[in-house]
Amino acid sequence: MNSAQRLIKTFLLWELWKGLFLTGRYLFAKKVTVRYPEEKAPQSPRFRGLHALRRYENGEERCIACKLCEAVCPALAITIDVEPRDDGSRRTTRYDIDLSKCIFCGFCEEACPVDSIVETRIFEYHGEKRSDLLMNKVKLLAVGADEEGRIAEDRAVDAKYR
Amino acid sequence: MVEQLVFYALSGILVFAGSMVVTVRNPIHAALFLVLAFFTTAGIWLLLDAEFLAMTLVLVYVGAVMVLFLFVIMMLDVNSLVMREGFSRYMPVGILIAVLVGLEIATVVGASQFGLDIVPAPAHHGAGYSNIEELGSVLYTVYVYPFEIASVLLLVAIVAAIALTLGARRRTRKGQQPNQQVAVNRKDRVRLVQMAAERSDLETP
Amino acid sequence: MPEIPLLDLLPSGLQTLTLILLKIIAIVTPLLLCVAYLTYAERRVIGFMQVRMGPNRVGPIGLLQPIADAVKLAFKELIIPAGANRFLFILAPIISLSAALSAWAVVPFGPDRVLADINAGLLYILAMTSMGIYGVIIAGWASNSKYALLGAMRSAAQMVSYEIAMGFALVGVLMAAGSLNLGEIVNAQAGGFGHWFVWPLLPLFVVYFISGVAETNRAPFDVSEGESEIVAGFHVEYSGMSFSVFFMAEYANMILISVLSSVMFLGGWLSPFEGVVSAETLASPLGSLLDSGFHWFVFKVALFLFLYLWFRATFPRYRYDQIMRLGWKVFIPVTLVWILVIGVAIAAGIGPWFD
Repeated sequence: MNSAQRLIKTFLLWELWKGLFLTGRYLFAKKVTVRYPEEKAPQSPRFRGLHALRRYENGEERCIACKLCEAVCPALAITIDVEPRDDGSRRTTRYDIDLSKCIFCGFCEEACPVDSIVETRIFEYHGEKRSDLLMNKVKLLAVGADEEGRIAEDRAVDAKYR
Repeated sequence: MVEQLVFYALSGILVFAGSMVVTVRNPIHAALFLVLAFFTTAGIWLLLDAEFLAMTLVLVYVGAVMVLFLFVIMMLDVNSLVMREGFSRYMPVGILIAVLVGLEIATVVGASQFGLDIVPAPAHHGAGYSNIEELGSVLYTVYVYPFEIASVLLLVAIVAAIALTLGARRRTRKGQQPNQQVAVNRKDRVRLVQMAAERSDLETP
Repeated sequence: MPEIPLLDLLPSGLQTLTLILLKIIAIVTPLLLCVAYLTYAERRVIGFMQVRMGPNRVGPIGLLQPIADAVKLAFKELIIPAGANRFLFILAPIISLSAALSAWAVVPFGPDRVLADINAGLLYILAMTSMGIYGVIIAGWASNSKYALLGAMRSAAQMVSYEIAMGFALVGVLMAAGSLNLGEIVNAQAGGFGHWFVWPLLPLFVVYFISGVAETNRAPFDVSEGESEIVAGFHVEYSGMSFSVFFMAEYANMILISVLSSVMFLGGWLSPFEGVVSAETLASPLGSLLDSGFHWFVFKVALFLFLYLWFRATFPRYRYDQIMRLGWKVFIPVTLVWILVIGVAIAAGIGPWFD
């Protein structure tokens, strides 16, 4: 480009107009924002949200207290205490997850041999006190009872990849 | 009546600001008081229907000159302790000079020279009166030579100031050249080279 | 003069005073409302240009957002930093806002719709806008903070430099109009689209508006804020209401520059269809929209304000030396040359503008 041409372009603010037209075009572009409470982004069946403990269909807890999840947890968020039950089976007496430590990596879910600890699609939970974010066995089982249908469905969809 | 009240209020502020300029310790405060003085002066000129002069005073002195003043003062590291050294020693001479200057000013612009009986307050003009037009017609007819000479003098001063700064710059030449920077093209700077992903001169083992 | 009940009961001196005060309120209140909604428009427009929504939560499509912001800022604590000069620290935002608002006294909103119809209107506006620098400088110095001082220095130097280019652009306008009175400047452009001063003064118009952007310290000339290097410039130390006063001053100045650009170059309240549309169309209710009036004024001002926002969404910030170079080495020579051209054009009586 010779200098005369460049001078003309400079004084016509050519490149500035180009920039303005670019942003001007985006003014009318379709907005991709998801208006969150009204609209929600699609979730995968493998979504890793709030934890839950599952039961078998006959009502028996799945968890056998193998402590694999506790061992694999990179954030040390899981604490498990074990005692044999009256019928001799191995069960937990305490199953705590500190949600303020949890990084939602999903390793506990992967490590579990009996699909007991799972992560549900719930992500809109909150706690008003610190203790609200410390999940214990009762709360986790309650979440599992509430969400069982969805959990089972998601496991079924994902089954062939596991 | 209202006009007189406004005049005395403005003059009061002006005298106060003027005395603060020379007495206040902090140079920034002094400069700001000077701004206040200019501003009130502009107000007094407005009372005299001299709106062009008033606006120009605010525009030039308040808007530009004092800004640069403040600029410089803020940059300077003024040590007020050193500045006040030997204050008492020089005070008698200082007071003497101050009194002398005060007397001189009083005789030159005092009531005997500029009293209301000698220079009566100018009458107010009607709404159609334009101070700017009057000023222009005088400036470009009666006073055209002084006006042109003054402007040429200012031009010389501007050229001289620019020449002084440019002379120092040319020797070092370390400043950036934005026009050259802006004019740069991609093809002046970047050379794209096609290369084979592997070296062909190495023998494969 | 409008009839206001009970006004006649006051003594005549107070009557004028009350009337002036009422007029000031009638100008300042909508202005501050415009300032509030300009912030909303800015966030919305820039959001849209960045392919997002902008504020849309408070009220329908976010329309109450500026009010929520104002309430929030009003209830925030006003922190005065240790070592700051208390008096000047508080004074600085007041100077900023009062300078920004006082210029509105001479702005004509329509034929004879102006607070103070003075002859030196243009000069008055220049003088008042130059006062705004003091708010910035004093804020920078009184904050006792290095960032604030640097920001103040930058913006003071920038505003002083661009004021010269602005002043020269205005010289072109007053040469073309033959008056410093803003109302007369508008009337000099009567006669339709082609008679506006944009056409003969196109370079001055461009210089004026860009200098106006620089004068109000807006992007891409916002080195005085320079988030990446000096945090927020001269108002780093300000919080709550004192910060919001600076904010209001900035936006009031933006609106002022837009108003002045439209008054001086786009014929203010004049309609572009003047002389084109017949008198019968103007008489019909829909056709009266094509007549000159306040709505054209608002439309033109809105156009310039949108340009402000568009610039901000588009251009990256100038480097400091580039700003200075643009002001001194490009704008001032351009305006000087064009003033000469205008002088020749007036002497020759060219076009619909100078005959």
